[in-house]
Amino acid sequence: SKGISFFSTSSKTCQHVAIVGSGPAGYYTAQKLLKGHPDVVVDIYEKLPVPFGLVRFGVAPDHPEVKNVINTFTNTAQNDRCNFFGNVELGKDLALKDLRDAYTAVVLCYGAAEDRVLGIPGEDLPNVLSARSFVGWYNGLPQDAQLPVNLDCEAAVVLGHGNVALDVARILLTPTSILEKTDISEHALEALRRSSVKRVHIVGRRGPLQAAFTIKELREMTRLPDTRTVIQRADVDGIDKCLKDLPRPRRRLTELIYKSAVSPDETEVKTWKEASREWRLVFHRSPLQVLQDSNGQVKGIELAVNRLEGDSLQNQRAVATGDREVIECGLVLRSIGYRGLPLSDNLPFNSSRGVFENENSRIKNEKGNSEANFKKLQKMYLFQHLV
Amino acid sequence: FSSSAPKPQKQTVKVAFILRDGSRREVDATVGDNLLDIILEHDVDIDGFGACEGTLACSTCHLIFKQEDYDKLPSKPTDEELDMLDLAFGLEDTSRLGCQVIVTKDLDGMVVTVPQGVADARSGPL
Ligand SMILES: Cc1cc2nc3c(=O)[nH]c(=O)nc-3n(C[C@H](O)[C@H](O)[C@H](O)COP(=O)(O)OP(=O)(O)OC[C@H]3O[C@@H](n4cnc5c(N)ncnc54)[C@H](O)[C@@H]3O)c2cc1C
Ligand code: FES
Repeated sequence: SKGISFFSTSSKTCQHVAIVGSGPAGYYTAQKLLKGHPDVVVDIYEKLPVPFGLVRFGVAPDHPEVKNVINTFTNTAQNDRCNFFGNVELGKDLALKDLRDAYTAVVLCYGAAEDRVLGIPGEDLPNVLSARSFVGWYNGLPQDAQLPVNLDCEAAVVLGHGNVALDVARILLTPTSILEKTDISEHALEALRRSSVKRVHIVGRRGPLQAAFTIKELREMTRLPDTRTVIQRADVDGIDKCLKDLPRPRRRLTELIYKSAVSPDETEVKTWKEASREWRLVFHRSPLQVLQDSNGQVKGIELAVNRLEGDSLQNQRAVATGDREVIECGLVLRSIGYRGLPLSDNLPFNSSRGVFENENSRIKNEKGNSEANFKKLQKMYLFQHLV
Repeated sequence: FSSSAPKPQKQTVKVAFILRDGSRREVDATVGDNLLDIILEHDVDIDGFGACEGTLACSTCHLIFKQEDYDKLPSKPTDEELDMLDLAFGLEDTSRLGCQVIVTKDLDGMVVTVPQGVADARSGPL
């Protein structure tokens, strides 16, 4: 162990709070505590040597504006009552109980580190990667630096319709003349310069009304230089009819999907016609297996064709029709969601949802009761998790 | 004797903010500045406000206007502003992002509401 020694909080003069994880949840918690409680001292523990979590290692390199929030966190970090301990991992260097014994309160802000997996044949093949590791690879996360990424193929499939799926597709398709102006990792830039990827299929189980990505990221995809957007008309058929009943954000997102499929404007028509690369937004398909050639290399993915069932439009379920199809590709990136890990057996954890059992963020104790009052900072665990 | 020309007075108007706790804070807002800068300059205390520093990459500077003030704002929101606004918590028809709203003379006496709670850009499914 790293020989961490704790201050004793037995004297009642100072309230000492431990925060585990230094992403946005950790720093916003610290900020709030320091501001509202002049007697509180905050210690932030982080498993990486450097702070800021996914703001540093998740946000795409071509979105530097998003990282401006680091300035706010740095202000908090400079507060005399705020300490940062890097290279300290809960569950390895520290046990929850150590913290609990030494601090007035412990706030768990260690993010949602686990990838959901597909559980389909071929998922273990080389070049079937988690989108999150791929992000770590291009963002210079030490643990992902050696990720075996092979871009020597024309087509890639990204599974999932969230913003991370669009991020990885965008990085695969953006000209390296643009990427080299960002702080993308050098090894990723080199690999992308040699990349043969010309086509990215972004595949989701359900339809346009259930897509989880947001409109800014979608708009960006439709404007990628030298890249065509392809959305099948059949997939958006009829969605224009329910637009007026949708809440504004969903309506605007749906309108953009519909317009891109059915009535792109003149500049789009022109750019898309001349483009040498393309991305395809594919709906109503669930992955069945990753296919391999005789050398054990990925050659495609087999998909089940779905239809949607259920009355409430945005919550419709995907049901397999029995039809199948194959998309040829040499790279598969999985981006179907992330979940938290318990990191301790002592606290009640809901493993299907990947969160601690909690009541207004207060973790329930072994007996299932929620712990003491946050305002008074009595001995307690809190759980903060931003998704 | 020497005289220096009087410094050109910056023109200001009164703008009031209704904060999350219901309290009211009035400031002398410089005409031509945006509401993010005005909030920072006057230290109006709003948790999490302006996370991306005015680069249209968050929605933490979300403010809600009265209809008559909204109609007087000097610019209509662009698609890019609307895209970010769509992610804001408590979105109203008269919502704008503070960093995109420039104060003009016409807006003297305007009262702006800070919505309850913030949602950052990617709350919701990844
Ligand atoms: C690939 C990706 C890209 C994203 N891009 C954007 C974007 O562009 N814009 C946006 O608004 N949102 C984006 N998000 C979402 C955003 O990153 C998250 O919502 C946010 O970072 C969650 O904050 P957090 O503090 O809960 O977790 P995290 O940011 O994950 O921080 C958790 C911290 O805890 C540390 N930690 C983990 N385990 C331990 C342990 N055992 N002991 C000690 N420390 C530990 C981690 O190293 C990390 O520093 C993205 C997410 C992903 C996955
Ligand atoms: S400060 Fe981020 S959008 Fe206005």
